[in-house]
Amino acid sequence: MIRLPALGALLALALPTSAALARDNEDVTHFTLNNGMEVVVVEDHRAPSVQQMVWYRAGSADEPKGSSGVAHFLEHLLFKATDKMDAGEFSATVAKNGGRDNAFTSYDYTAYFQRVAADRLELMMQMESDRMKNIRLTPENIATERDVIIEERNQRTENDPSALFREQLNAAQYLNHRYGTPVIGWMHEMRELDLQDALDFYKLYYSPNNAILVVSGDVEPDNVRQLAEQYYGEIPANPELPERLRTQEPPQTAERRLTFRDDRVAQEYVSRSYLAQERDPGDQKTAAALTILAELLGGGTTSYFAEKLQFDTSIATYSAAFYSGQSLDDTTFNIVVVPQPGVSLQDAEDAMDAAVAGFMKDGVDAEQLERIKQQVRAEQIYARDNADSVANRYGSALAIGLSVQDVQDWPDVLEAVTADDIMQAAKDVFNREASVTGWLMREEVTE
Amino acid sequence: MRLFYAVVLTVLAALPARAEVDIQEVTSPGGITAWLVEEHSIPFVALDLRFRGGASLDAPEKRGATNLMTGLLEEGAGDLDARDFARAAEGLASSFRFSVDDDALAISTRFLTENQDASIALLKQAVQFPRFDPDAIERVRGQVLSGIRSSAKDPNDIARKKMDELLYGDHPYGSPLSGTKDTVTALTRDDLIAAHKAVLARDRIFIGAVGDITPEALGLMLDDLLGDLPKTGAPLPPRAEVTIPSGTTVVDFPTPQSVALFAQNGISQKDDDFFAATVLNQVLGGGSFESRLMTEVREKRGLTYGVYSSLVPMDLAETIQGSVSSANDRIGQAMDVIKEEWTKAAADGVTQQELEDAKTYITGSYPLRFDGNQTIASILVGMQMIDLPIDYIATRNAKVEAVTLDDVKRVADELLDPEGLAFVVVGQPQGVDGTAPVQND
Repeated sequence: MIRLPALGALLALALPTSAALARDNEDVTHFTLNNGMEVVVVEDHRAPSVQQMVWYRAGSADEPKGSSGVAHFLEHLLFKATDKMDAGEFSATVAKNGGRDNAFTSYDYTAYFQRVAADRLELMMQMESDRMKNIRLTPENIATERDVIIEERNQRTENDPSALFREQLNAAQYLNHRYGTPVIGWMHEMRELDLQDALDFYKLYYSPNNAILVVSGDVEPDNVRQLAEQYYGEIPANPELPERLRTQEPPQTAERRLTFRDDRVAQEYVSRSYLAQERDPGDQKTAAALTILAELLGGGTTSYFAEKLQFDTSIATYSAAFYSGQSLDDTTFNIVVVPQPGVSLQDAEDAMDAAVAGFMKDGVDAEQLERIKQQVRAEQIYARDNADSVANRYGSALAIGLSVQDVQDWPDVLEAVTADDIMQAAKDVFNREASVTGWLMREEVTE
Repeated sequence: MRLFYAVVLTVLAALPARAEVDIQEVTSPGGITAWLVEEHSIPFVALDLRFRGGASLDAPEKRGATNLMTGLLEEGAGDLDARDFARAAEGLASSFRFSVDDDALAISTRFLTENQDASIALLKQAVQFPRFDPDAIERVRGQVLSGIRSSAKDPNDIARKKMDELLYGDHPYGSPLSGTKDTVTALTRDDLIAAHKAVLARDRIFIGAVGDITPEALGLMLDDLLGDLPKTGAPLPPRAEVTIPSGTTVVDFPTPQSVALFAQNGISQKDDDFFAATVLNQVLGGGSFESRLMTEVREKRGLTYGVYSSLVPMDLAETIQGSVSSANDRIGQAMDVIKEEWTKAAADGVTQQELEDAKTYITGSYPLRFDGNQTIASILVGMQMIDLPIDYIATRNAKVEAVTLDDVKRVADELLDPEGLAFVVVGQPQGVDGTAPVQND
C-alpha cells in the first residue's frame, strides 16, 4: 500500500480516534481545583520528561459571528507579551530549558503545551498561568500576527484545492452550526480581525473554570497538585463564563451536491459526508458503533470498500470511510472514492453507492469484527508507550464535555458493540437528506 | 522585561536531565548484529530494520522500482494474498510499516509479546517471500501513478523535484524516488524481483530493538527472520557531486502562495566541526521560534507562517537546505531577508548569548527524544547507520558543550556561502528575478 500524498489529510482522518486504555492499565489521576480548573495527571516514569497541556473549552465554534478565525488568532497572540514577559519570551524560555512548546486550535478547544525535562514543570506552570490572564497586546502585534495567520491560511488552504474543497463541503453540511466555518477563518473575516476581537474572546473564555490542565510524564500527582494550586489555584474563576450553548442544526431535509473545480487538481475524487452523532457524556454507544462501522466499511485493505472497489473490481485507486466521535456537537461520517484513471466520477459514485447498499445487505463480517476488537484490546497495551498521547486523549475529551469516566469506559463500549448495533447505526447515519456529496474536479478544459 | 525568570534559570541550568538508555549490542548465532534496549515493563517489542541503499539502487531507466517493490512487500507473501496478509496482521494486532527513502528501505514493526512468534513468522514471509502477484502489482502501480500525478500539481513537490534535479543531476538523489509515469508504467514483475534481491541483503542491515525481549531471544529471532536473505546485495551508488545552481530558479505555477526552497553546500556528520555547525544552524534557522530567520521573517515582518533551515547530511551528499512560503507579492521580500541573515551570520557568527541559548536547547532537548520504545528503536538504527559508537548517547552533550564562540564564527565563515545560496521558487512570485525561469510541465 502506498500513501497518496494529496490525500494525506484524508488518510490521517481515516484512523479511528485512538482506542483508549483500560483503567487497569493506566496511571491516571484526576482532581479539580477550588476555582473549577480540572487537572489530569498521566504518570510515566520511564524517561525524565514531562508535558504540560492547558486546554480551554473554547474553539472556533464558540466565536461570535463575523469574527471567524479569532480563536486561532488569539492562540498565536498568547505568545506575545504579558505583564511579566516580553513578546516571544515564553517560547524562548522553554527553548533555553531544552524544551519545545506550541499550541493548536480546533472547533471545540484551544490547547497550549510544552515538553521539557521533568524538573522544569514549575517554570512551565508559572508561565502558563501568567498568560491565562495577563497578556498585553499592541497594535503592531495585531498587524504582524494577522499577516502570519493569513500566510498560514495560504499555506494550509489557499494552496491546496483539496482543502478548499473540504471547506465547501463543510459549509454545505452545516446549515446552522458553526462547524460549517473553517477553524482558521474565512479570509475576508481574518483580514478584519482586530485587537478588540481578540481581547473580547480572551476575557470571556480564558479562565481556570473553563480550562483543563493535563500533565504527563515523570511526575507525582501530589507534586502536580501542589504546583497547580500554587500557580493556577490563585486565579479567580470567571463568574461571567457563559454556558456553552450553540446554535443547533434544524432537521436536514434536502440532499446537497456540489462540484469544486480547480486547475491545480491532479486527482479527481468523490466524497460524501453524512451528519452523524458524536460521543456524548454517558452515551457513547452509537459513536462506538460508528467508529467500528468506519473500520469495517473503509478502514483499509481488509475493508468492504476495498473488496468491492479495489479487489473485486478496479474502480478505485483508493477508498475509505472515516469517522471521529470526538466532537461537542453533531459530527460527520465520511466516505471517499478516488477513481482509477478512465473511471468517471459518476461511475465512481455509483460504485460507492452500490458498495454501501451491498454492505447494508451483506451485514457485518463476524471475523472482521473480531479482528478489529483484537486491535482495540492491543491498543490498551501499545498506548502505554506514549503517555503524551494518553494525555492528549483525556484533554480533548474533557474539553468537549466528556468525563474521565467516559474516557475510561470507551474501550469497554467499543468491546460491547454488536453486529446489530453497527447495522442500526449504519441505517440511521446513511440518510441522504442529511448528506453532502462533492466532486473535486479539474477545470473543464483539460490537456 | 527579561529578568523575571533569571533566578530560576540559573538553578535549573545546573541540572540537565539525563537519558538513561542502556544499549546492548547483540550478535545472533548466525552473525547478525543488532542494538537492543531491554524494556520489560510493557509486553510488546518495537523492532526497526533498515537496509542501506534504498531507492538509490534504482537504475535510471528503472526509477521507481525499489519504491514499487517496497509498496508490494505487504501485498501478498508466501501462502497469503494481499488481504490474507493484512487479515493475519490485524488478527495479531501487529503493525508492519514498510517505507523507502533515498538512503534506506525501512521496516518498522511492533508486536505483542504474546504474539511474537506468529508475528515474526508473518513478517518473514513479507521480507523473504513477497509474491508480487500481477493483480497486486497493478493495484499498487495505480497508487504510485496517482501519487506522481498529484506531485506534479503540488507546489512543495514541484519545488523539491526541481531543487534535487539542480543539486544532484543524474545521481539517484536528483530525481523523485517514486519514478516517472513512463518508468513506473514500464516496470515488470522481474524488475521488482531484481529490486528485492538488490536491496534486501544481509551485508547492509541495521537493526534496533526495544521492548520485552532478551538478547538471546532477539538473536534467535533475527536469524529466523533474516538468516536466509542473500549475503550481499547490489553495489551502493557513488557519492553525489553537489552542484549549487546560481541565483534563483522560478517555476511558474498558478497558486496564491509561492513556495521557496534554498540550498547550499553542507557538512558531514563525521566532520569535527559538525557540532559547531549544528549550533550555528540552530541560531540561524533551526526549528524553534527563536531562530534568526523566524524572528526576522515571521515575528517582525509577518511574511510567512514558517521559515526553517537544516543541515541535511545524507549518506552520499551533504547540503544545508531551508524553506519558506509567502504570498506571491511578498515572497521576494522574505527571500531578501533570508539572504541578509545569511550574509550577517557568515560575517559575524553568533553572539555569546545565542551560543549559550542554542547549547542549552540542543543539550536539554536531547534526552527528551528517548520517549517511547518505537522512537528509541528508530534512533538506535539511525545511530548505527552513521557509525556512531554505542556509548554515543552518554557522550554527545559534552561535544555540544565544547563548542566555542570562535568555533562557530570560524565555521560560519567557512561554511555559510551567501553568494552560493540558491533558491527555487514555485508560484507566480512578483519582483523576483529568476535567472532561469522554467515552465512547469
